[in-house]
Amino acid sequence: MDYARPTTLEEALELMRSRPWTVLAGGTDFYPALGGGPVKADVLDINSLRELKGFSRSDSHIVIGARMSWSELLEAPLPPVFDMLKQAARDVGSVQIQNVGTVAGNLCNASPAADGVPPLLALDAEVTLTSHAGKRHVPLSRFILGNRKTMREADELVTAIRVPMAACEGRSGFVKLGARRYLVISIAMAAARLVLDSGRVRGVAIAVGSCSAVARRLAGLEAVLAGASPDAVPALVAAYGFPELAPIDDVRGTASYRREAAREIVARALAQAAGEVLGGGIAA
Amino acid sequence: MKLSLSFAVNGALVEAEVSPLQRLSSVLRDELGLTGTKVGCDAGDCGACSVVVDGKVVCACLVPAANLEGAQVRTVEGLSNGALSALQESFLRHGAAQCGICTPGILVSAAALLEQNASPTEDEVKDALGGVLCRCTGYRKIIDAVMDANRRAGVEPGLVKRGEAVGASPIRLDGARKVTGAEVFGADERPADALSVAVVRSPHWHAEFEIGDVDAFVAAHPGVVAVFTAADIPGENRFGVIPPFADQPALAEGRARFRGEAVALIAGERAAIDLLDLGDFPVSWHPLPHALSPSEAKREDFAPLHEGRAGNLLTKGFVECGDPEAALAASHVTASASIETSYVEHAYIEPEAGYAVMEGDTLVIKACTQAPYMDRDDTARILGLPPEKVRIVPLATGGGFGSKLDISLQPLVGLVAMRTGRPAALVYSRGDSMRSTTKRHPASMRATIGADENGHITGMVFEGDFNTGAYASWGPTVANRVPVHASGPYRTPHYRAEGRAIHTNGPISGAFRGFGVPQATIMQETLYDRLAEKLGRDRLQLRIDNAYVDGDRTTCGQRLAGVGIKQCLEALQPGWERALLEAQAANAAGGKIRRGVGVASCWYGCGNTALPNPSTIRVGISPAGRVVLHQGAVDIGQGSNTVVTQICADALGLPLSAFELLCGDTSITPDAGKTSASRQTFISGKAAQKAGQALREKILRFANVSEAAEIGLEDGFLTVREGEALRRIALNDMKPDALGYVFSAQETYDPPTTALDEKGQGVPYAVYGYGAQLVELEVDITLGTVKLLRIVAAHDIGRAINPLLVEGQIEGGIAQGIGLALMEEYVPGRTENLHDYLIPTIGDVPPIETILVEVPDPEGPFGAKGLGEHVLIPTAPAILNAIRHATGIAIGKVPATPSRVLAAIREREGEA
Repeated sequence: MDYARPTTLEEALELMRSRPWTVLAGGTDFYPALGGGPVKADVLDINSLRELKGFSRSDSHIVIGARMSWSELLEAPLPPVFDMLKQAARDVGSVQIQNVGTVAGNLCNASPAADGVPPLLALDAEVTLTSHAGKRHVPLSRFILGNRKTMREADELVTAIRVPMAACEGRSGFVKLGARRYLVISIAMAAARLVLDSGRVRGVAIAVGSCSAVARRLAGLEAVLAGASPDAVPALVAAYGFPELAPIDDVRGTASYRREAAREIVARALAQAAGEVLGGGIAA
Repeated sequence: MKLSLSFAVNGALVEAEVSPLQRLSSVLRDELGLTGTKVGCDAGDCGACSVVVDGKVVCACLVPAANLEGAQVRTVEGLSNGALSALQESFLRHGAAQCGICTPGILVSAAALLEQNASPTEDEVKDALGGVLCRCTGYRKIIDAVMDANRRAGVEPGLVKRGEAVGASPIRLDGARKVTGAEVFGADERPADALSVAVVRSPHWHAEFEIGDVDAFVAAHPGVVAVFTAADIPGENRFGVIPPFADQPALAEGRARFRGEAVALIAGERAAIDLLDLGDFPVSWHPLPHALSPSEAKREDFAPLHEGRAGNLLTKGFVECGDPEAALAASHVTASASIETSYVEHAYIEPEAGYAVMEGDTLVIKACTQAPYMDRDDTARILGLPPEKVRIVPLATGGGFGSKLDISLQPLVGLVAMRTGRPAALVYSRGDSMRSTTKRHPASMRATIGADENGHITGMVFEGDFNTGAYASWGPTVANRVPVHASGPYRTPHYRAEGRAIHTNGPISGAFRGFGVPQATIMQETLYDRLAEKLGRDRLQLRIDNAYVDGDRTTCGQRLAGVGIKQCLEALQPGWERALLEAQAANAAGGKIRRGVGVASCWYGCGNTALPNPSTIRVGISPAGRVVLHQGAVDIGQGSNTVVTQICADALGLPLSAFELLCGDTSITPDAGKTSASRQTFISGKAAQKAGQALREKILRFANVSEAAEIGLEDGFLTVREGEALRRIALNDMKPDALGYVFSAQETYDPPTTALDEKGQGVPYAVYGYGAQLVELEVDITLGTVKLLRIVAAHDIGRAINPLLVEGQIEGGIAQGIGLALMEEYVPGRTENLHDYLIPTIGDVPPIETILVEVPDPEGPFGAKGLGEHVLIPTAPAILNAIRHATGIAIGKVPATPSRVLAAIREREGEA
């Protein structure tokens, strides 16, 4: 086992160029994955990389640094459309986890139940991958390949998540469905972004997590809802077939339950985005 | 590689040479000796290790040491500055700490909240503490303590007057060290020269195995000292809590019967064991056919797991009276159903931990436990030692709930210490704790109950298979207890109940708060609601009309006295009527949220079923004028240290402040039995009462005064006052006895029970406790989620020796009942951690109103009855009944997860 804690991004990327490393940021996935055993991998600790902290905004994007924790996100002055991401942040594990766990790490861990993925999908987020050779921006929908699999190459580091300004319009909603109030892995979750204009749905983005190996945008439903009157939304959701989802049976719930619950929480997330207050799905 | 770090802990600068990825929890505990920070899961799932780093609450198990350079760390040890902080005081006063293992993490998190927000709302408290699991308290007293809400609160023991200890609520006598982090749990003490022990466990449900070249393994691993297998065990490699059924090896002999069974031990220097990869241990496995459910295990083509147990039947219990078939046939209405329950994990926040050390020729084992004498006897037998050459010194037990009655690591560390001559320490990982220790029995039950047209129960038949797993453990107790209790506390003139304990290759099912009775009560109490519906009667009234009263005979033919079930049910009546009206109003508008109200009862016999069950308590007065109580009833958080002392104090006639406690240690405390079966307040309490009375009589006789005399202790003098006469006895002038006391007494109490005959007739218990609970909840009928609104619990405890501790037991039991009903389902091989296995968090326990009913028991000390298990029995059935009231659905398998609730709703819609 080797360990490195570079202090500049350049140094980190140079190390990554030489051989594969396990990247350590908040530690909230790294330590549990050890399962009580010793560290065997070579670990690149990015906790001294100051350039990955915080967030910034340009004319084209809002940029979330790779080391931004969920708690820091909650405190960040972000547009209202980020409310779904903030709600997801509040539902991540516990305050203890939110204080160190990073948004970017949540994406890299690529759990089907990652709380951050549906809201960021609905924000059209891109993942910035940086290597010694340069930088590329990959849509989140392409970044996560499957359960615990991403397209990050061994010499690349996720350095940021960025959200295009075009997606920063409107309001949003997020519903996480779990079997207890805190410290809960979702059975299903839904994030929705809605732009209303002159009594019509002008923009809509919907994503569902824990109901497929990777959280999915519901492009079909978005197409159905585009241009609809907000009053028509519940009926359109009720009539939709959700072909994007491929839920499985596991200890948290059955596939058929997830399919049915997904419909309901999508409707609720949309209602939240439309400004209606409906209870979330976490048992309390 | 090591880093030299300097950072501040609780304001003091510290320097440490540590590995960069060493967890902060380990740096604090192992490098700096700050063991107040506890480790429950090493995965951020339990929050026990919560500390504050640079102003933020974090799980210390997830923070790499490398992050600490220049940091400010605050731990529980930094909360008090000489004197306890106001928050710590509040925790004591409200009884917010029971076992104390989660308390440091809760306190640190709460202190951080209060610094930001001096008067938080309940929701703010929950949000701040949602990341710390507590398995004992049910969280309500924690919320009260943080908000310093003005509810029932304890008093300083020193302020409790002589003769008034019973019924007062002195704060727990062992409380201070629980709120400062000073309490020493199983993992908190370790001799510097101790070897670490790693356990090789079976990864298979059922397999034969051969162990390879262990000498080569030892030689290839520097720092590893030795490997031990079953062949190294000097005594009888077989243990079990019920000697006639003892069947479990400490280390398996060529065949492992469940996943997680120990097959070998590796002992070595701590650093070597910490870095050890068990994957290259030389063992070859040959998997065998396995059965995980009783229905598979009972099949003829599946060989018995133990010789002589055909059909994998461990044993069965049976109770019969009257002619149940005829009674049911003649009934006006009957209701029948079947229900399944799941494995439930105890999920105490402290995984098993402890160490062994040879002191001369005596093997000393210091570990968490509920049963020191049973540990001693089983460990001695396995290790081939006479019992008196094994000394068990219980360290604080961070939750037990039944599972720490069975030995776990005791013979393992004992073997290593004996064989190597060095102390040997072992701390189970969360995964090992969950894989290898006992669970609540999954039950598969069927029953029919009948009633006449006046709503009187006519008869009942019940049968249940209880999956007892690979070894016997407490399976026989469950099989025997269930048929005695399955009628509930209701007159059932014609009755037959059979409980069967069936072996499988699943985890061992043992004792878990209620020994099968919570499962059986789910069956019976949900059938009562169906009967009420068929009869068109109020559900609470049906129960009141059938409740046992004094003089009734149970289905075992035992005549009851001191029965308080009717009073408990009647105490719920006002709340019941209000709740039904509110539910009706709430549901009138329709909608996705449906309100429901449910009720259920419990009764529970205290102590062993139809077997001897003695406790012995010793009390003495020292030449220095202190009353020393040898109190061997292990306090695992429930409060026996305090309650047993309160009873003894009033029996003796001296104030609590005169007492000193010597707690469970097989070399200094006589056997007060095991902490189980809700027996300590009743049985050890009665022994303490007798010992206190006996000591008092000795003193009165010595002083030649009457019963009416008052005794006191003043400056080395024992004073005896009767009327105007005062006698001062100089204690220093008297010759102490062999134990160093000038006056002392030791008394044993064994409750009067009789063996049960072939029809289960007899007197299985000397004392029963009773209770009933009312649950109000909402079901979201589109998601199947359940939100609890309020629970009212009325429990007849005979006499509340310490009302604050009684409330704590009730709230904690209810929280476990909530888990049983709604979320807890241990799936072996799948949920061996605290994020896949869900127990209630602080956001899952609604406000609880406790009503204490005190119908004195003729046998119990000061009329007291047991309580510890009763309190969780009614919760799950009351919740299921409320779900049915809200939605019309019956749940066929608990827990009633959102998935199951919604499926049942859809099924019912399909039928409609």
